[in-house]
Formats: sequence, C-alpha cells, structure tokens
Amino acid sequence: MRSRLGRAVARLFPVALIVAVAVTLVFLALPVIAIFADVSPKQLIDSLDDPATVDALRLSLQTTLTALLIILVVGTPVAWALATRRFRGRQILVTIIELPLVLPPAVAGIGLLAALGPKGILGPVLDSLGIALVFQTAGVVVALTFVASPFYLRQAQSAFESLDRSLVEASRTLGASEARTFARVACPVAFTSLLSGAALAWGRALGEFGATLVFAGSFQGVTQTAPLAIYAQFGTNFPGALALAAVLVAFSVAILGGVKLLGRLQPA
Amino acid sequence: MLRHVGRQRKHPAIRLAAAACVCVVAAAGCGGSSGGGSQPTLTVSAAASLKDAFTTCAQQFKQAKVRFSFAGSDELAAQIRQGANPNLFASANTKLPEQLFSEGKISKPQVFAGNKLVIAVPGDSKIASINDLETPGTALVIGDASVPIGSYTREVLGHLPSAQEKAILANVKSEEPDVSSIVGKLTQGAADAGFTYVSDVKGTKGQLKAIDLPATLQPNVAYGAGIVKGTPNQKQSQAFIDDVISGSCRQVMQTNGFLPPPQA
Repeated sequence: MRSRLGRAVARLFPVALIVAVAVTLVFLALPVIAIFADVSPKQLIDSLDDPATVDALRLSLQTTLTALLIILVVGTPVAWALATRRFRGRQILVTIIELPLVLPPAVAGIGLLAALGPKGILGPVLDSLGIALVFQTAGVVVALTFVASPFYLRQAQSAFESLDRSLVEASRTLGASEARTFARVACPVAFTSLLSGAALAWGRALGEFGATLVFAGSFQGVTQTAPLAIYAQFGTNFPGALALAAVLVAFSVAILGGVKLLGRLQPA
Repeated sequence: MLRHVGRQRKHPAIRLAAAACVCVVAAAGCGGSSGGGSQPTLTVSAAASLKDAFTTCAQQFKQAKVRFSFAGSDELAAQIRQGANPNLFASANTKLPEQLFSEGKISKPQVFAGNKLVIAVPGDSKIASINDLETPGTALVIGDASVPIGSYTREVLGHLPSAQEKAILANVKSEEPDVSSIVGKLTQGAADAGFTYVSDVKGTKGQLKAIDLPATLQPNVAYGAGIVKGTPNQKQSQAFIDDVISGSCRQVMQTNGFLPPPQA
C-alpha cells in the first residue's frame, strides 16, 4: 500500500516541480511586467519633466551613492577583520551586523529615531555637536546606510574568507604588513565579489522606504527619495507613480544584471 | 518501526511539500467561507484619524465582525480605483468619496462626522498661536497635499496674508502621508508643531496639546463614507454607517474628540 503511494508520489513529483516553478515565475514577474504594460513610453518621458519626480530621482542617486561610499569605506575593513580573526563573541557580532536584514524597515526607522532623534539616546550629544539628522538629507543617508550595509558586509566577509590563503600568506612572508596585504592583495583579488556586494547594497538602498519615512520624513528635494515620491503620487497621480516605478525597476534590473554579469566573469 | 523511520528520512522534501499543500488548501478554505460562523465580516478602508474611534466602535458592533485598513484617505481611494474591494470607504473629507461616487465606484456618500483642525504641539511647548509658527527654526510637519489633512492645512494657510503663509511654509520640514505619521513625529520630539485634527491630539493622552485656530480660519472638516458597489453585506455596511451617525458609536466618536456631522 505504502509503496504504491510512494510510486505515485515519485511520478507526480516532477510535475509538481514544474507547476511550482511556473506559479513562482508568474507570481514574481507579473507585477513588474504590469508596471511597464500600464505606462506608455511617452508617459514615462513626460513624467520625467515633473519637478517632484526629477528631485526624487536626483535625491535618490545622491543619497544612495553617499551611503554606498560610507558602507564601502567603513565596511570593507570590518569585513576583513571578521573574516581573518577568530575571537570570543564573534558570532554575536556577526549576528548583530546581520540584524537589519530581518528588521522591518519601519522598525529600523523607529529605532534610529530612538537612538539618534532629538529625544533619542544620542540626541543631546548630536545636538551639542550641531548635527541634525531628522528631516535632513543626512538623515536619509543614515537610514539607507543602516538598512543596506549588511548586504555588503555579508558578501565582503565571505569573499575574504574564501580567498586563497596561500596568496595572503605569501604576501606576509614577503614582508608586507597586514594593511598592505589587505590593500594590495586581498581587495584586488576579491574585487568582483566586493563589487557584487556593493551592487546588492545599492539596490536595497534605492528601494528603501519605511526607515526613511519614519526617521527622516518626506520633503521634496530634501528627504523625499524616489520610493517616497511614488507613495506620495500614488493617490493623486497614478500614471506619474507608475512612471517613477518604471524608472526604479529599470535601475534595479540594471544593477541585478550587472551583478550576474560580474558573477559570470569571475565566479566567487 | 525501524523501517518506518527509514522511510520517513527518505523523502523529507516530499513530506514538506505535502504539508505545505495541506496548509495552503486549509487557508484558502478559511478565506472562502468568510470566518466560518454565521456573522459576516466587513472590511472597512478608513482614514488614519479614525483609527482609535472606529476600533472601539467595531468591538461594540453586533451585526458583523469589522476589519480595518487605516491609511491616508487618498491612498485608500487610489486602492479602490485600482480595484480593491473593501465593503466601506470612510474618508476624512467629502471630496474623495464624492469623486468615487461620480466614478460609479461607491454609493452616494453620507457625512458621518466632523472634526476640527488644530495646531498640535508637545505638551511642554511654548508655541501658543498660529503666529508663533512663523518663527524661523520652528520645525513644522504637515500632511502631503494629496491627503485630506494636508489639503485642509493648505486651505488654512491660504487664508493668511501671503507673507505669513510663506514664512510658515518655509518652516515645513516634512510632508507626511497620513495623520498618524505627523503625530508620531511630534510625540518623538522630531518636530515642534504640526497641523492635525483635534481628535488626534486627544488620542495621545496628554503627550500633545491642541492650539485652536482662529474661528475665521477653521475649515469645514467633514467625514464622508460610501458603500463600495458590488460588495456583499450591503445591509451590514449601511448599519455600520448608521451606528456611527446615530447609534452607540456616536458616543465613542464624541469621546474621541470628533464633532457631530456638520450640516453641509
């Protein structure tokens, strides 16, 4: 009895796999296709004349690239340290660094407000230094850096961990300091891997919505990034929101495509 | 016994898939029979400012279970335009429901409540009147122009002398998508003042205080609701509106700071 059932399951399983793949494909691709189906190329170009849209795209580029720069400069040495050292509490540290990956963005925003807002833990310190983040473009960068950094850190850490040890050891035996080895050997060798991590972080930052709205607010030209502008236009100007969405999708596809291409050129 | 365990280990993926299928079927079944009991479920898309009052009203409402989607009225209206089908749409203005009515999406809107626009400030604020909002460096948050709270606010500011309007708008630091987002910025001390409804200030239980606008500036804040065309349980939907206008919910609305429906 059981074995007959087992045979039936075995026969049906490949069919079930095909159905599952088809359902997944349609489910994930359809909303993206719908954005382009609903917006004509003319609408897309026209909407790019709207000052709110132009401001949002410019601000999104400016803030995401700034956040990315911070993530690269600070994150690369951090990833190197985590990849090359074994110490007590390392696992806890890695978990904390990965936490923003699973945190709801709105929670991240509230957390940032509670930490860096005027009434937050560091609020008085920042205030005395004359640093304002809430309602400022700098606040957007902070929110983006917070949510996007784990995407780079994880990738960079695993890239450094999978480096050929003999390369690093040869560099050290030849008398190079760790700093020189890091800069001249580790980073260049892991370069494509680091770049794909950076692209993922960039993609996440471009799409950021909740943390930005809660922590930095929404104001045209100052804190209203493209996703916030889409939400603001959704109620009153649906074609405009769709057009801006289409631009973001095009960006995301370009980023993802870039990552895949890099992966082909040099498998990590 | 041992053989049995062996079998179990053989196809964990299949067992997982089978379990997942059962779950999906069960969930779908639940959704189809709308709760299973005899009581119908109403889905209400309501303005963010109605959150506290409507949630209390729903607990007292006998004729149906009520589920809510609270957001900026303009977002909710856009969802209905895109084909979302709540039973009821309750907006913080009458303009959006009237638009949806003329587009044939909802029934003739009924005005079910009024409200008052106020300046909301933290409890310990020194701001005492609309004139104080001109002071450079005052961080002001208002609603986005697309959401009713934002358009009421612009209506008020539009009645001011243009120099004063300009000075106040220059202090605006953020245009929020709904009123709860404005309140959050104020209770977190991120902003010094904001324009909200008096009912929102009441909902913060003393964290914020309300500064009245001069009577000549006060806009006519009227809430309108309509039943979405083609949805089931129309009778219960109407009963819910009636309950808000003249039933037990009326008292709840008043306790939460809402005004009776203004005569249009």
